Amino acid sequence: MMDAIWVILLLGGIAIGLISGKGTEMTQALMDGASRAVELCVRLAGVCALWMGLMEIMRRAGWIDALARRLGGVLHRLFPDIPKGHPAMGAISMNLAANMLGMGNAATPLGIKAMEQMQRLNTTPDTASAAMCMFLVMNTSSVQLIPTGIINFRHAAGSTEAGAIVIPALIATACSTLVGVIVASVFRRITRRRGS
Amino acid sequence: MSWTDLVIPLFVCVIIGGGLMKRVPVYTAFIEGAVDGLKVVGRIFPYLVAMLVAVEAFQASGALDWIEKALTPLGRALGFPGEVLPLGFLRPVSGTAAIGYMQMIFERYGPDSIQGLTASVMMGSTETTLYTVSVYLGAVSIRKSSYAVKAGLIADMAGLTAALFVSRLFFG
Repeated sequence: MMDAIWVILLLGGIAIGLISGKGTEMTQALMDGASRAVELCVRLAGVCALWMGLMEIMRRAGWIDALARRLGGVLHRLFPDIPKGHPAMGAISMNLAANMLGMGNAATPLGIKAMEQMQRLNTTPDTASAAMCMFLVMNTSSVQLIPTGIINFRHAAGSTEAGAIVIPALIATACSTLVGVIVASVFRRITRRRGS
Repeated sequence: MSWTDLVIPLFVCVIIGGGLMKRVPVYTAFIEGAVDGLKVVGRIFPYLVAMLVAVEAFQASGALDWIEKALTPLGRALGFPGEVLPLGFLRPVSGTAAIGYMQMIFERYGPDSIQGLTASVMMGSTETTLYTVSVYLGAVSIRKSSYAVKAGLIADMAGLTAALFVSRLFFG
C-alpha cells in the first residue's frame, strides 16, 4: 500500500508536472522535499531527546508500569497481543493521553517509545504487527479532545467564534477513530486466518 | 496566554518533582533517556525523505488544481460546500498543504462561513496519516506496513465524511 501511494505521488506528480511544462519547478520540488526531511528531523531530534529524557525519569519513578497496570484492562481489548502489564501498554497509554490533550510534540516521542516496545514483541520484525497497526490507526485518526492548533488558526483569521468547531470536530474524529479501530480488528482477523 | 500554554510546563514540573520524590537521580536518568533521541531520528530520516520528496513533487506538479476542478462540482452536486472537498484529499497526505488550503478558504470565504467552518472540522477530524505512519514505522525500521495504511486511510475517509455531514447539521 505504501509502495503504491509512493509511486502514484512521485511518478504521477512528475508526469503531470512535465506535461504542464514545469520542469524547473519539479527539479526544485524534489530537492526541497529532501531538504525539508532534514529540517523536520532536526526539529524532531530535540523534541525526541527532551521527551525521551523525561520519560526515562517517569519510568524509573515507576509511573509507566503503574499506568500500564491501571489502563491495561481497557487497552487489552484493543491490543490482545500485548501481555498485561507489559511496558508497551504504559507507553501506548501515555501517547494516547498526550494526543487527546493536544500535546502533539510530546505525543510523537511517546509513540515512538511505544513502537519500540511493540517491536520487541513482534514475531515478524520486518512487518508491522497487529498491535502496531491498531496503534497507528488510533494515531492517524486523531483522538484530540480540543483541536487547539485549528482554533488558533481560526482566531488568527479573525473568527468571532473560533471554538464553534470543537463539538463537531470531536464527533467527526470519534467517527474516524471508531471506524479505524473496527477496520483494524477486522483486518487483524483476516490476516490471522490467512497466516494460519 | 491560555490554559493550554500551561500544560507542558506544568507537566515537566510534575515529572521532575515526582522523580525527586521517588529518589530518582533525575539528571542522570534524563541524560540516559535523551541519548536515544538522535538515534531514533536517524532511523526515521530515510522514511521522511522518501515521503516528503513524493509529496512535494505531487504538490508542485499542479495535480491539485486538477483534483480541485474535479472535486468541487462533485461536492456541490452532493449538497456540500464543494470548495472544501479537495481538503479531504490533502488532509491525509500533507499536513502543511492542508493547513495552507484551509487558510486559503479562510481568506476567500472567512473562517465563520460554512466553507470555513466545514474546512476546520475536516482538519480536526483526522491526522496526516502518511506522515504519522512514516515516522512511527521508520522509528523501528519496518518497511512492510501490513494493513496499517489501508486501515488508516479508511478511518480518514470515515472521519472526513462525518465532518461534512456534522458541519451541515451544525452550521448548514
